[in-house]
Amino acid sequence: MLVVGVEAFPMVGIMAVCAGFILAMQGASELRRFGATQFVVDLVTIGFTRELGPLLTAIAVSGRSGSAFSAEIGSMVVTEEIDALRTMAIDPVDFVLAPKFLAALIVLPCLTIISNACGILAGGLFMRLSTDMAFSVYLRDVVHSMALRDVMTGLVKSLAFATIIVHVGCLEGFRVHGGPDAVGRSATAAVVKSTFLVILADLGFTAIFYLTGGK
Amino acid sequence: MAGALGETASAPVISVRDVVVSYDARHVLDGISLDIFRGETMVLLGGSGSGKSTLLRQIIGLERPQSGQVVVNGVDLAKCTPRELKKLRRSMGVAFQNAALFNSMSVEDNVALPLREHTLLAESTIRLMTWMKLAVVGLAEFGKLSPQELSGGMKKRAAVARALSLDPEILVFDEPSAGLDPIVAAELDELILGLKQAFNMTVVVVTHEMASAFRIADRMAMLYNGSLIAVGTREELERSSHPRIRQFLDRVPDKTADTAAFDQYFQEYMQGDSV
Repeated sequence: MLVVGVEAFPMVGIMAVCAGFILAMQGASELRRFGATQFVVDLVTIGFTRELGPLLTAIAVSGRSGSAFSAEIGSMVVTEEIDALRTMAIDPVDFVLAPKFLAALIVLPCLTIISNACGILAGGLFMRLSTDMAFSVYLRDVVHSMALRDVMTGLVKSLAFATIIVHVGCLEGFRVHGGPDAVGRSATAAVVKSTFLVILADLGFTAIFYLTGGK
Repeated sequence: MAGALGETASAPVISVRDVVVSYDARHVLDGISLDIFRGETMVLLGGSGSGKSTLLRQIIGLERPQSGQVVVNGVDLAKCTPRELKKLRRSMGVAFQNAALFNSMSVEDNVALPLREHTLLAESTIRLMTWMKLAVVGLAEFGKLSPQELSGGMKKRAAVARALSLDPEILVFDEPSAGLDPIVAAELDELILGLKQAFNMTVVVVTHEMASAFRIADRMAMLYNGSLIAVGTREELERSSHPRIRQFLDRVPDKTADTAAFDQYFQEYMQGDSV
């Protein structure tokens, strides 16, 4: 099950690098007008740890694994494997969902940390190329502006996203009724619904942190 | 009608009473009553859409009746607690139509799964028991393979081994011969007969294969359009003059192809008239 995470690593990494570059470029082009290019460091660091890291990871994983979960369970429904579990007095939810949930709870925070690191390093690369900010200076500023609270809120979010992705994916799979074509539809529904719910949950969390943190 | 033919002194192991199941106002099972007694092989016969698979799902407790009751071993499936249902299911082995083996596990692990989940036996004991079940169905040397590497008949036999793993009192087969060639299907019939003799289990088989039904059944129940039209032994069924039973036994099609009508359409089409 942890393969879910290991195989997702390159994709999440590259996405984060790109997003880090984008954020740095966008930020730099605007902030330059105020002569505040050095704030790009804060923008990238805070933006990634709080928001982009967990969100990008969740969207990537929901596309990769959410659909895989629902397709796997859906085909188990079609081939009567879920019925077989029930007649063996084994709870299909315990047997099928629990290990996936556990894996996602471990993998998603790890991927989020990797995504944070990739994004921030990409920002540093951009700063090195566009301005003459040395990499070591950039890293020092990153450490300076990185708050434990931001990192933790990001990780809490990623746990919530993992819950959403696994449950929506598995629920869609269990709801499959009929033939193999229903499996495909359930995989699509799983991705659409879990991505939507992830963004909705992100909005909720951000609102809570904004209102309680006051920062 | 049901139950009237096979009254014996012992109480039925499975007792189905006035079960109604309907999907969207269509009665799939329309007030079915049937008793299955200890140690007998009951074959549920019927054409496609006759409701025989739905009846099977009721008996193994996968679905609950909308009205009526299903009592297995004295437990009412519609009213029992999840705990009772769980206990009951351990005394029931089900071999599904498509075998329903888990492809992520080896054949051996598939058979061992119920033992691992429900018993505290040592791994070595589980291995031995698993090997014995596989030997019973003639797959002793195939335990390490993945289900995908087995042929259709072997998969079904592996599914039987898994159904046997907790030494059930009741063994249920859904379409054992579906999708198998006649020789392999006959082998499976022999396996069912052998198992019944060796372990004295109550066996319930759903099928539409008359040859197979006649070979293995102590009694048969024929379903048509959600109703039981006959319950009885092979001889009783063969003597029956019920038109539907005769039709099923004599393999008479419901609708004959209307070649005359086709000719007429064809003529009209050739003459350029719109059809």
